Amino acid sequence: MIPELGHFSLILSLAMACVLGVLPLYGTFRGNANYIALAKPATYGMWFFVSISFACLVYAFVTDDFSVRYVVLTSNSALPLVYKVSAVWGAHEGSLLLWGLILTIWAAAVATFSRSIPSVMLARVLSVMGLIAIGFFLFVLITSNPFERVPMQADGRDLNPLLQDFGLAIHPPMLYTGYVGLSVAFSFAVAAMIGGKLDAAWARWARPWTNVAWVFLTIGIALGSWWAYYELGWGGWWFWDPVENASLMPWLVATALMHSLIVTEKRGMFKAWTVLLAIGAFSLSLLGTFLVRSGVLTSVHAFASDPARGLFILIFLALVIGLSLALFSARATKLSSSAKFEPLSKETGLLANNVILVVMASAVLLGTLFPLITDALADDKISVGPPYFNMIMVPLAVVLVIVMGMGLLLRWKSDHVARLASILWLPLVFAIVAAIVLPLIFAPSFDGLVFMGLLMSSWVAFTALMWIIKQKRSPFKLSGTSWGAMLGHIGLAVTFTGITLVSVYNVEKDIRVEPGDKYTIGEYEFGFDGVREIEGPNYTAFRGTINIKRNGKDFTVLHPEKRTYHVQTMPMTEAGIDAGFFRDLFVALGEPLEDKGAWSLRIQYKPFVRWIWLGAILMGLGGLFAAFDKRYHRLSRRRKIKQEEVV
Amino acid sequence: MIRYLPLGGFVILLALLYFGLGNDPRNIPSPLVGKPVPVFSLPELYDPAKKVGSETMKGKVWMLSVWASWCVSCRAEHAVVSQFVKDTQLDVMGLNYKDESPDAKAWLSQFGNPYSLVAVDADGLVGIDSGVYGVPESYLVDKKGIIRHKFTGPINQKIVDDTLKPLVQTLRGETAS
Amino acid sequence: MRLLHTFMLLILLALSSAAQAGIEVRDFDNPEQREVYDKLMYELRCLVCQNENLAASNADLAKDLRDEVYEMLTQKKLSEAEIKKFLVDRYGDFVLYKPPVKKSTALLWAGPFILLLLGFVILFFVLRHNRRQPKVKLDNNKHDEIKKLLESEDK
Repeated sequence: MIPELGHFSLILSLAMACVLGVLPLYGTFRGNANYIALAKPATYGMWFFVSISFACLVYAFVTDDFSVRYVVLTSNSALPLVYKVSAVWGAHEGSLLLWGLILTIWAAAVATFSRSIPSVMLARVLSVMGLIAIGFFLFVLITSNPFERVPMQADGRDLNPLLQDFGLAIHPPMLYTGYVGLSVAFSFAVAAMIGGKLDAAWARWARPWTNVAWVFLTIGIALGSWWAYYELGWGGWWFWDPVENASLMPWLVATALMHSLIVTEKRGMFKAWTVLLAIGAFSLSLLGTFLVRSGVLTSVHAFASDPARGLFILIFLALVIGLSLALFSARATKLSSSAKFEPLSKETGLLANNVILVVMASAVLLGTLFPLITDALADDKISVGPPYFNMIMVPLAVVLVIVMGMGLLLRWKSDHVARLASILWLPLVFAIVAAIVLPLIFAPSFDGLVFMGLLMSSWVAFTALMWIIKQKRSPFKLSGTSWGAMLGHIGLAVTFTGITLVSVYNVEKDIRVEPGDKYTIGEYEFGFDGVREIEGPNYTAFRGTINIKRNGKDFTVLHPEKRTYHVQTMPMTEAGIDAGFFRDLFVALGEPLEDKGAWSLRIQYKPFVRWIWLGAILMGLGGLFAAFDKRYHRLSRRRKIKQEEVV
Repeated sequence: MIRYLPLGGFVILLALLYFGLGNDPRNIPSPLVGKPVPVFSLPELYDPAKKVGSETMKGKVWMLSVWASWCVSCRAEHAVVSQFVKDTQLDVMGLNYKDESPDAKAWLSQFGNPYSLVAVDADGLVGIDSGVYGVPESYLVDKKGIIRHKFTGPINQKIVDDTLKPLVQTLRGETAS
Repeated sequence: MRLLHTFMLLILLALSSAAQAGIEVRDFDNPEQREVYDKLMYELRCLVCQNENLAASNADLAKDLRDEVYEMLTQKKLSEAEIKKFLVDRYGDFVLYKPPVKKSTALLWAGPFILLLLGFVILFFVLRHNRRQPKVKLDNNKHDEIKKLLESEDK
């Protein structure tokens, strides 16, 4: 009964989406106030029904309803409760329903927190979101219905052991919130193009929404990286896998969008850029959805591929992106601006920033799709992997970093080389000194890569600090956007530092150990204390004991495991990790060897690896500060006061 | 003019993705097609003292069929392959890949043996030499010992009718030197 | 019973083809050789996996290929290029995660830098176009507003 309720509720939300997508938009062309007024209630209605639908699916999982096909495929009665709930979005159908739910939540949020936006504009924005929702709900109902029934099964096929982890509970929801959030900026852009007017006010409305979506995307990507790191057992944190790239591309474009919006708000310029970036960011989100679910590219992340589903998404992609780009072509003249700026100015800096970030996203797209291009044109199969991407992205990152530092400190409209040089020389000197001196503290010899990486990070960090100092205000009197910029840039510097140091100074050893053997890396001594067999809630495991001493004193004990789950009998490695601010200790069990209780073991010493994700947290924090800048809320308050005065 | 650039670029991307939908990214074409069968000499399954290899079938059109008793897909294609062999009287050498001989013999006696000979590649080295990455795989070799076609995955009737039978006929029409 | 259970677990592990790290203890003649091995493990693709390199995969074929590469490096003393050629001859360019630089991959390798160059060219033209615009341009509404303001002040 509950699954049928969920199914029916989803159909109702599709109906709401149809109302939302059509009537308010039509109303704005006809000046029909009643239709326009439908936007908000239709949005809330759509959200309400999807929430019920999603709740029904969660209920089916929690109550072990093995008459629902999707539950049978992804769950099991012995699965711990937290994973039963996470399993709801553990495979294709449920994850799509989550997408739909998050879309309606964003729409409802826009409907709620938009008091200062004229009703015509708001109606158009919500209508566009409704149209997108129609596409998603149709997709779910027609090709990917999670409520499909089967004859009652004895038990389920269990959730993939790799997904039986806390990471599944948070990574997809965060990431999807980011992806879907970019649809808000997209909807604002389309609404503005429909209306034929795009000005600074529009940018002011769109900015906080874009910033918050960017924050979720940043955190979502960082969570994915962190999860892969501790879950997969070999200590890697980024593989340039097509699906990983599918999350990085919208992030790069969204970063460009965030910065382009600054110019549009402050100077009424870069309108065409901003609109294109808004379309581009969301398009890349949709493209990512397509790549994961269509079977077009090989990826560890891919859901079960189905060309029929792929075709549906492709048609959806064609409509959403094609129509918005066609609208752009039609409205391009209305998007030109008349303000001027000198070649040496902040505007140029931000324009260069846009260019570089788009080039980086394009480079990732090229590498990701190239196997497909080669197949189409030369009927040959090639692989494009980390060696290629690392070689390409590093030089591009260098260019980006140079522009970042300069762009932040340039003046609006017009600046002078002399002034710029006077403000840049100090951060540059500090950066060079830091890049030379700091590694010497940790490492014995000079390394070119480390110097370059630290130079880049320090340059970004010191220019950000310089910028804050130049504001000549107490830090507590600074605006949210100022804090945002500083934290955002420093966050990136922290991430780059982590990437540089762990890439160069990572120590990894595969060794053979018998109980009692010891191995030393730096100040740490790893003592192997044998392997025992243990029983988990739904798995059996070999559990190793590694006693770690630091400078001779007892430090910690790690328990790497090799698990075999009862239902899906694929063995899985759970690494033993000692997390630290300056380094991680990472131990993974290999295989049992001949006799005497010997095992192969992989020990890793990973300096500064946590900085990669710490930097992402700082960037996210920066984005939040920027989004909640009082400026965006002052106006709505002023309007409220005005309304009260009138009354 | 520039305003149409994004739309134009997108259309090209769409075309590429549409192509991708009909394409299997996991099916790797073999660089060995057009090259001689890698030289190998392995014990025969039923007579381990006898050695069979790349030279054994020289002068005839033949098929090298990579299979194993633990391979589920091999069982799926077995009936089709057996029928194909009966229809064309094609000489097929089985390459028993990373298997245990008792298991292989049991499998053949249970499901039937279409192979003229079975070479035992216990450690999979001949497989690597031949670019084998999955089981089952089938190579069509001409009279001169050149690989003319490689097929990865279980063979179905459509492939037999559309590709294999015509190709066998063509190859048989060629001279041996 | 416990013994049987442990035994079966070990068998399962031995037959595993799960996607977890391939940890083997290897001895090398010198550190340079180990470096070449590590590099190859990182750059060679596991052909039966869903996008993993030989270092990360525990698939059977990946293990065989690791052993084969180890043997080629230490016993047959082949160079990195020779080992790669051996595998490419049998599996095609697909086995390399770093695509070879040839005519068909020219667009791939040159592409990003062409794009960067293009980006800066566009930047240059935008800046030049911007320079050529008249200094201050008000649209008609603003112009009338200012006129009205000025006139009202005179009163």
